[in-house]
Amino acid sequence: MKLSIAPMPYFWPRERTVAFYREAAEWPVDILYLGETVCSKRRELRTRDWIDLAHDLADRGKEVVMSTLALIEAESEVAVVRRLAENGHCWIEANDVTAVQICRERGIPFVGGPSLNIYNHVTLRRLVDDGMRRWVAGTEHSRDLVAAIHTAIRSDGEEPPSLEVFAHGRLSLAWSARCFTARAFDIAKDHCGFRCIEHPDGLALATRDGRPFLRVNGIQIQSEAVVDMSPEVPDLRSLGVDVLRLSPQAEGMAAIVSHFDLARRESRALPPIGVRNGYWHGEPGMPGVPPRQP
Amino acid sequence: MQLVCPAGNLPALTCAIDAGADAVYAGLRDQTNARAFPGLNFDANTLAEGARYAHARGRQLYLALNTYPDSQRLHQWHQAVATAAESGCDAIIAADMAVLDYAARSYPSLARHLSVQGSATTAAALRYYTEQFGISRAVLPRVLSIQQVERLCSTSPVAVEVFAFGSLCIMVEGRCQLSSYVTAASPNRHGVCSPARFVRWEESTDGTRTVLLNDVLIDRFAPDEAAGYPTVCKGRYEVRQNIFHALEEPTSLNTLELLPRLHSCGVQALKIEGRQRGAAYVTAVTRTWRDAIDRYADSPHDWKPQSRWQSTLASHAEGHQTTLGPYHRHWQ
Repeated sequence: MKLSIAPMPYFWPRERTVAFYREAAEWPVDILYLGETVCSKRRELRTRDWIDLAHDLADRGKEVVMSTLALIEAESEVAVVRRLAENGHCWIEANDVTAVQICRERGIPFVGGPSLNIYNHVTLRRLVDDGMRRWVAGTEHSRDLVAAIHTAIRSDGEEPPSLEVFAHGRLSLAWSARCFTARAFDIAKDHCGFRCIEHPDGLALATRDGRPFLRVNGIQIQSEAVVDMSPEVPDLRSLGVDVLRLSPQAEGMAAIVSHFDLARRESRALPPIGVRNGYWHGEPGMPGVPPRQP
Repeated sequence: MQLVCPAGNLPALTCAIDAGADAVYAGLRDQTNARAFPGLNFDANTLAEGARYAHARGRQLYLALNTYPDSQRLHQWHQAVATAAESGCDAIIAADMAVLDYAARSYPSLARHLSVQGSATTAAALRYYTEQFGISRAVLPRVLSIQQVERLCSTSPVAVEVFAFGSLCIMVEGRCQLSSYVTAASPNRHGVCSPARFVRWEESTDGTRTVLLNDVLIDRFAPDEAAGYPTVCKGRYEVRQNIFHALEEPTSLNTLELLPRLHSCGVQALKIEGRQRGAAYVTAVTRTWRDAIDRYADSPHDWKPQSRWQSTLASHAEGHQTTLGPYHRHWQ
């Protein structure tokens, strides 16, 4: 089983981002996903910088994947996807059909990101035909849903692509054209002043009775809860999961990586360092709400 | 420019056609469509009857199959494609690649429209669906500004439909997990956002009403305050010590004033949202847009949005408020 660091969802100052990856190069992780997936206004690192960083990290023995925006609105954003796809060195993570098509037109293999809607084996197979070599299961996918897709593919005499599962961090729940951080500061998105940079783990959102609920991260909404699949590692292995995905957070990332490294090496269920991911068990993703049948 | 209107049942369908819809879209009474509310939608018989009613008046009927089937339930979506073809529907509106693929192979003469749930926002994404599944139209997600819609129309390989009016889904359609995070019911998989059976209203002695979605407090309303349907994205929450509609107010999209620009850039169809709404809504909103489109066609140069149109639309809007939403510069 490999460990990956998911693309950075937050907006950190340039030095902090570079320092994070300098450190990550020393961690026992196999794959690093680089690039901006949330908001194209975030330009502490420009496309050229990301590509340079990718080369550095690849030279240091890491597999590097360039991730693309989940929501693409402007022609300039399409141009970035094109540049990333044509970088000539590493795969890209396609987080939108735009990136799938750009890879397909150029015959470039890609990783299918979690925001592609893949809920059945026929769709999965289509994307494999288009060049998808690894699939990152979607946020709301359960173990049963993923297992059923694998069973269906195998019953047709084929092997599913490599499978990556979100194993630690805040879940990505939604994107919008709106910027919710700008809204929280009552400023226009156009004049956001890059406020995201002041919130290295997003902005907390609670219900009116004070219950922690969501995180606002620019145009993205995340869960407040930090999910942790380390207790499920033996089961994930038996399901055929190839890569465990860990999402960057501002503090304690090295310890999270060590924890998962131990879990995968010893293939045993370790005590959790976060909360249970209800989605994986076919329940609401949110911890502490009544599990009911959808 | 075509006017595409919603129908949650046969009476709404006939109202929409009578009020001037060029096409009506409907769904089956199961999870194959994104409005799988109890008491709503069509079966094969009412669908066929609806198609006959529309065709007799030179109009069209589309079937929305815009949810994402898992492997075990694919056959149900296949059956729905067959039902669309056999009932005489003019097109299906689908998002899932497996459904589009099946329809293209099995019923090639049944037109395929890419649903808004397909989240296609670029010419490259539209090329993908056109080349792979031969779609003849794509419904754009409600995330692009008017300038971006104009630019996309000039490079799109396929005809484009945009949302013109109705309750505003503020997240990228087909990519929102807020409802499933709280309830496990997934709009993508089960066809409904914030299902009613998870909603609980509590009223205190002073008349304050509290609404919960599967145990999560979505909002609290003063005794005289209008309360909307509790979707996660339109509740009030606390961010930075302030309590407000942190994601969005209950409001509806209304693009009437953009009609000339949408027409000039070549948008093929305007979509009205609201299959869950009643016949009165469908009639009033359809009639208003019909009138606005017809008057524009008659004299495009002196067309202006009339205040009676706007007041009718506002009276049918969520919270009686309308917005240009993502079309507006402020969002971009």
